[in-house]
This record gives sequence, structure tokens and C-alpha cells, in this order.
Amino acid sequence: MAEMWINMGPQHPMTHGLWNLRVKVDGETIVDAEPVVGYLHRGWEKLTENRMYPQIIPMSDRLCYGASMSWSHLYCLAVEELMDVEVPERAEYIRVIVLELQRIASHLMWLAAYGTDLGLLTGFVYAMRERELFLDLLQSVSGARMTYNYMRIGGVRNDLPPNFERDCLRTLDFFEKKLDEYEQIYDKSAIFRLRTEGVGILKAADAINLGVTGPSLRGSGVRIDIRDHDPYSVYDELDWDICTHPDCDCYARYKVRMDEMRMSCHIIREAFKKMPDGPVRVKAPRHAPKRTAFARVEDPRGEALMYVIGDGTDKPFRLKVRSPIFVTVSAVPIMLKGYKVADVPAIMGSVDMCLGETDR
Amino acid sequence: MKEAGEHPTKKMSESDIVNAVRKEFPDGVTIGGLAPRRIFARADRFVFYKLCQFLKDQLSFEHVSCVTGVDRIDRFQVVYHISSYQNQCVLEITVDIPREEPEIDSITPLWGGANWHERETYDMFGIRFRNHPRLERIFLPEDAQYFPFRKDFKLRGT
Repeated sequence: MAEMWINMGPQHPMTHGLWNLRVKVDGETIVDAEPVVGYLHRGWEKLTENRMYPQIIPMSDRLCYGASMSWSHLYCLAVEELMDVEVPERAEYIRVIVLELQRIASHLMWLAAYGTDLGLLTGFVYAMRERELFLDLLQSVSGARMTYNYMRIGGVRNDLPPNFERDCLRTLDFFEKKLDEYEQIYDKSAIFRLRTEGVGILKAADAINLGVTGPSLRGSGVRIDIRDHDPYSVYDELDWDICTHPDCDCYARYKVRMDEMRMSCHIIREAFKKMPDGPVRVKAPRHAPKRTAFARVEDPRGEALMYVIGDGTDKPFRLKVRSPIFVTVSAVPIMLKGYKVADVPAIMGSVDMCLGETDR
Repeated sequence: MKEAGEHPTKKMSESDIVNAVRKEFPDGVTIGGLAPRRIFARADRFVFYKLCQFLKDQLSFEHVSCVTGVDRIDRFQVVYHISSYQNQCVLEITVDIPREEPEIDSITPLWGGANWHERETYDMFGIRFRNHPRLERIFLPEDAQYFPFRKDFKLRGT
């Protein structure tokens, strides 16, 4: 049969952003695939070279609106490393709490999107509904719903609002019951299982070699999580587990994210118990020394890294962002080959794309 | 497949790795500093590929976190962050390359994860990676005649 290339996107309902997936098909079987990125490229790294260090924090929020807390945290972490700033302990605990809230919100958005990809509209509505609760919490902390501008070089902008702990714990109790409900909708759905189990296989060896990180890597059974592997903030003082699943398919990646949401609830509760009193911010210098530094964190989507070069001025000489999805997308051809065109939404959806951070 | 993180062989400390690298490469590789889970090194661009091969085959560095370019005005630099799941360690390697001949060996044949990072570095800085399977523009249009992350490329309005 004649082979042909099909363009999915630039704006395909499955793509969750602006990009193009070219798939080469033989009949209905995918024989080759090529992701094309760059439609959203804003020259983010170049723009930072003309801004002072604190001015870049709201820009880092825009790297991915689904996980903006995580990106501005990473930026602050890299600059703190560069400037040798020590963050107060209370601020570290607050960071862990808001980061985990952000992780749940991000995974919920993924779950909702994945529901629509596979025709589970109820799943979409439910997951989006619960995401609102977490956005409310983050809004009460920062004043914004998606681009928080809350992290600061040397801590966080302000302390948690009154009654935040009470509201947060109530939300978590409520949410954990809801997680069981999602399992009724997703896990118990024969269609969902048929479309995700055994589909989009990414073997552990391939995942490691191709640099895939985050839930996609752990869905291949690899026990690597930067929070544990290269701990930052106070993750090494908390007692938690890495969530993995051995099946290497779309269902495994779904399962890992569901488990991670439960684990995030656990981490937040523990962080509240151990959180000390004290200041939440220290003064940071305006000028960075002439040296380089890098930091890496476990973003909801995988390993995120920032490499920053200071040249003695108040602006970075160079700031490089390593985004997890940029690398994961480069690995999708291997996950797509051999499956049918109808499997593409199931496979691509399981990656949890975010084009803002991919193109930067 | 052995699972990373549960590798049967012994975990090496940062100084073990540094000693192994120094022994194998007495010339061409300088260790600039050590920190917990971090090693900073500089490498000569002609021994760089051999160093990477050694890191991958002998010291179980399995993962390329990041590859990027820097325009130091008088020269280019390529900065690599290569990490080891087994040794819980990130190695930062900085390689200087001359501006008039911006070329270095690609490490994509060793780690597939470097593929798009190298393409991006080529796209933004014009640094060419020898033996890269497909060194093409990734973000910018194919016919773009400029490399925007070079320092001599000025942004409008700044």
C-alpha cells in the first residue's frame, strides 16, 4: 500500500497547544512520525538578557501556565545558587506546599485533557472542577489564578494567609475522596482501558537513552524523581515515596500521575506538620557575581533545569532553560511507531504536553 | 534491562569519578570544582567525544540533562549537563570552541536525548555538531539567515 504523510495540527484538538505532528502511515498503521515545534517560540532566553534578575520572575511564570509556580521556583533556585543566597526554612516549607499544590493542579489539568482526548467528557468536567479548588488555594496565597509571581529570590513574597492550613487540609480531605471517584470513571471504564493498555510502549532503556523524564519515565518503571534523587528545598526532610508503574504504556503513565496526586497530598500534610515559624524571605543582592550556576527540579512534567551565567551586572549574561517536554516530544516517534492513527491522541495525551515550555 | 537507581554495581562518589576521569584523561580535561552531587569540568573539544564515551561506558552516566551554547564574544562555549542515575551526580562540562570554526562532535550517537538540544544550539548559535543525524533548524524557519542568540544579534527596542 502507498505510504503517506498526515499532518496533525498545528492546531489539532489533541495537541494542547500549537504544534504539528507529522505521521507517516501505511494504511492505518504509523510507520514514522515527526514532531515539528517552534510555532510558539518567543525567544524567552534572549529576552531575559535584557531584564534585571527580579524582573524575570513573572516571565518565568509564563513558561508554562499549567505549572507556573514550579518554573518561577526553578528560576529563583538557580539565581539563589548563583548569588549564594540562603533561603529561610519556613520559606522552604511554604515552597514545598505550593509546589505540590501546583503539581496536583497540573496533573488535574492533564487528567481533564486526557479525558477529552479519549471521549470521557465526564472525566474532563470533574477534573476541571476539582482543579478550581487548588487554583483557589494558590490564588489565596498569591492573588493570581495561574501566573502567580509568588516566588522571590531569597524566599517567597509573603507568608501564607490566615486559615490557609485549615482550608488546604479540608481541600485535601475532600480531594482524596474525589480521586476514588475518578478511578470509577477512568479505571473502571472498559473503553479507557482498551485505549491505553498496551498502547504507546516506551521501554525503560529507550526512555533513559532518549532523556525522557518525569511521569513518562516513571511509567516505564524507572525509580527516578529529582525530588528524591537530587533533593532541593526540604524534600529530603520529608517522608514520601516515588510513584512508579512497570508497564511502560499509556495506562502506566496515567497511573503514575494518579499516584503522584495522592503522594502530593501526603507531602503537603507532612510539610504543614513540620513547618517552623520564622521569616519567609531574605534580602538578595541586585548584582550577581561573575560565575555560573545551575539548578534542577522535578516539574510536574519531568526534569527542569536552568543554567545561568552572571557577569557582575544586574542582568544575566545567559539563561538557559531545559524543559522536560522538549525532550519528551523528541522521543514520541518511538512511542508512536507500529500503532494506529486512532491511537495517536491516547499516546500524545499521555505525554502531558505544554508548548509554552517546549518552545520557550 | 537493569533498572536505573537499582543498578547492581557500586555507586561511585564524586571524587571517585574525578579520579577515574583524571587517570583516563591526563590532558585535555580540567576539573574545576566539586560540590555534593555536582562536578564541574572543562574539556578540550578534541578529547570531548572520547570523554563522553568513557563517561557513558565506564562511569554509567546515562542521561543528558542539557546541552546549550554560550556566546562569550571572543569564543563560543558549549555547556553539557550529563547526569548519572546510578551515581546520583551531575557533571557539567564546558567546552570552548573558536568563533571562526564553531564545530564540535555530536554526542547524539551516544545519548539520543542530546538530539534536539544540539539542534536547538545549532539553530540559535550556529554551532555545528559533527555526525549529528539531522542538524536542521528546529524553532526558526529553515531559510532564516541569522543566529539570534549570538550577542551581536540585537533585539529591537533595547
